[in-house]
Amino acid sequence: MRRDIVTSILAMIVLTVLLGLVYPLLVTGVSQVAFPGNANGQKVYVKGELVGSKIIGQSFKSVVLDKNGKPKEEEGEPVTEADPKYFQSRPSATEGGAYNAAASTFSNRGPNDKLTKEEDEANIKEYLGLNKPYDPALTTAQIPVDAVNTSASNLDPEISPANARIQAHRVAAKRGLSRSAVDELVAKYTDSRGLGFSGEPGVNVLELNLALDRLTEGKS
Amino acid sequence: MTFSGWLTIFAFVVILSALALPLGSYMAKVYGGERVFLTPLIGWAERLLYKALRVDPKREQDWKAYAKSLLIFSLAGWLLLYAILRTQNAFFVPHALNPLGYHSAPWNVTFNTVSSFVTNTNWQFYSGETTMSYLSQMVGLTVQNWLSAGVGIVVAVALIRGIVSRSGKSLGNFWQDLVRTILYVLAPISVIGALVLVSQGVIQNLSTYLTAHTLTGLTQSIAMGPAASQLSIKMLGTNGGGFFNVNSAHPFENPTGFTNFFEMLLVLLIPAALVFTYGRMTGNRRQGLAIYATMMVMFLGAVAVAYIAEAHGSPAQHAAGLHTHAIAGSGGGNMEGKEQRFGIAGSALFDVVTTVTSCGAVNSAIESFTGIGGAVPFANMSASETIFGGVGTGLYSILLYVLLAVFIGGLMVGRTPEWLGKKLEAREIKLAGLAILITPLAALFATALAVASHAGRASISTLGKGPQGFSETFYAYLSQSNNNGSAFAGYTGLIQPNAGNLGAHGVTFADVLGGLVMLFARFGPIVFALAVAGALAGKRVTPAGLGTMRTDNGTFVVLLIGVIILVGALTFFPALLLGPVVQGLTGHLY
Repeated sequence: MRRDIVTSILAMIVLTVLLGLVYPLLVTGVSQVAFPGNANGQKVYVKGELVGSKIIGQSFKSVVLDKNGKPKEEEGEPVTEADPKYFQSRPSATEGGAYNAAASTFSNRGPNDKLTKEEDEANIKEYLGLNKPYDPALTTAQIPVDAVNTSASNLDPEISPANARIQAHRVAAKRGLSRSAVDELVAKYTDSRGLGFSGEPGVNVLELNLALDRLTEGKS
Repeated sequence: MTFSGWLTIFAFVVILSALALPLGSYMAKVYGGERVFLTPLIGWAERLLYKALRVDPKREQDWKAYAKSLLIFSLAGWLLLYAILRTQNAFFVPHALNPLGYHSAPWNVTFNTVSSFVTNTNWQFYSGETTMSYLSQMVGLTVQNWLSAGVGIVVAVALIRGIVSRSGKSLGNFWQDLVRTILYVLAPISVIGALVLVSQGVIQNLSTYLTAHTLTGLTQSIAMGPAASQLSIKMLGTNGGGFFNVNSAHPFENPTGFTNFFEMLLVLLIPAALVFTYGRMTGNRRQGLAIYATMMVMFLGAVAVAYIAEAHGSPAQHAAGLHTHAIAGSGGGNMEGKEQRFGIAGSALFDVVTTVTSCGAVNSAIESFTGIGGAVPFANMSASETIFGGVGTGLYSILLYVLLAVFIGGLMVGRTPEWLGKKLEAREIKLAGLAILITPLAALFATALAVASHAGRASISTLGKGPQGFSETFYAYLSQSNNNGSAFAGYTGLIQPNAGNLGAHGVTFADVLGGLVMLFARFGPIVFALAVAGALAGKRVTPAGLGTMRTDNGTFVVLLIGVIILVGALTFFPALLLGPVVQGLTGHLY
């Protein structure tokens, strides 16, 4: 008994140093030297300012101003609406505003829950309102599911290619670009499946929007 | 459903088997004390550790001594982790390791968290990025990811030794097995795994959280931290506790389709390999193959059901007018709570991989799975870790079922049951029966208590209406009693109004009941499994005769599957009917 207690105490000290300090710091050190970009979160800068991480989704909505030019608020949260010249990310339900990457969370919407249906319907309405004016043939049945369902992390950096194709109508019109120019960019920022089969192709929304900004910078 | 989806599943099984076979042989050599290719590299560290720990690796232990060392070691780990988590903002913690100055979580949540990590469960009422300092994650949680995995593996090894031992009562030496597991098995794979993950985009740093200014003029705060080192061992050790709240759904923990595949391989690698280790150590590889076949059949069944159900979509989606079949450029299906880069197949497979094992990592919101898709993790856990199971726990769990199946088979043919030449007697059967019954007992008793009391129902989320509320509760205690740790994440045990725990308080009922369930359902079966090993050790071996029931052929595989399903169905079916089955059968919304 006593022997086990002594060994257990010694083991906890030695192994905590080894596995809790040496191991993670070793991995940190090697990663910082070998893969500094990845290890630090693939930060994206525009003109020296941090605009986000390449692999963390973000909201492309902007704050709505009221008549006095002040941010409009509802229940203490600023009201935002989609900026139509940008591709929009999937809906996000993180606390403290959409795409809060300091507090990832599941939405936990049940498959048989009325609320899930209502959220879906609200998202469908918003999606149609945003895109139908530019793509008149669009119907609810054609909306890809990722466009109106929240993701697991609520930080999904990607949308489906089908979702991007629909939004391309709007973005092209808003930016005065040809559809083919926008489609070309969409294809360029579509990731293929891992190893050729694992997962689904997705369009990185932040990278795509940055490329669009670069393309139209001179024009506007 | 898509072709690439089925291809993912097929490729996964093939690659897993190809990796597990050599690893299994390697581990058999490690535990047999043979020289392996890493011995010249690691041998000195092994000897140094014995010296530092004042261990004599040659001292043999019978089952009681082995169990005693294991329990005292686990208790020491529990106490240290509790101390670390409760002092995370103490004055001596350097700022770099708690950059946001997070306070400790309340005692009740910490009780739950500590019990959870020491038992390899990694059930999390807390959310990593709003609760834990980097120091707590590294020095506290990461360490138990390693140690609880090691404890699970050595129990399986000790049980195999008991099964094959022909003389004496020794099961080996706990400390030697633990040190070897860490140095020769976990460490090399975990370090390489962590670096592979970083190379694909998993983060590993000690920076403070970032503040970004987005293209549309919003501010975005982004959590950072040493994620890869914890992620790698969390998967490899079938622990499953996420560095971030959303676990392997977080783009920083699982950035691509490739990392998703890689992480699934890490989870099943050791549980699959240990089956081959068993075959090799018994001197008859077919024994291992029979168990592997049993596990694989049930595994593939679960994957197929989950994939088909999730690809079909949910009643809520259909009621809203969505079409959920695959179209050009979208895989369709129930994408509520799933990430685009994994898709339906990558989410369904991950879900099965982590719930047949006791890993419990998630890359999608299980609470948002369809009724039938969500019934799959329930069914997987009802099989009590016999479908691969956690590292070590899986093997000793299925070996206890093998014992039960041999006993039932013996009764059917009217002969004294024999297993690998050893007569099975009342003592072994009683011990195995007790070990098998602990998990269902803990799960069902706690669920009943929780749904029948005000204090228990306080944890059900506002979204958990109708059968969903029951499913949430049942899942919580089934997961904790299986030491799994995945969750219908609406079930609450921590109320946290601010990041960093200022003003946070726990839900004592759920925290404490869950913690006790995890401890009971972890160490109960371990002690019984070691007792079975002790009872079998040194039994006389009689050569197999014509009437001996074989445990290495197809007939036995069928019998074993039958016994596992029978025990699971008899104990859990009534409860499953009330939750997921109702949800799967109805298109009604609640």
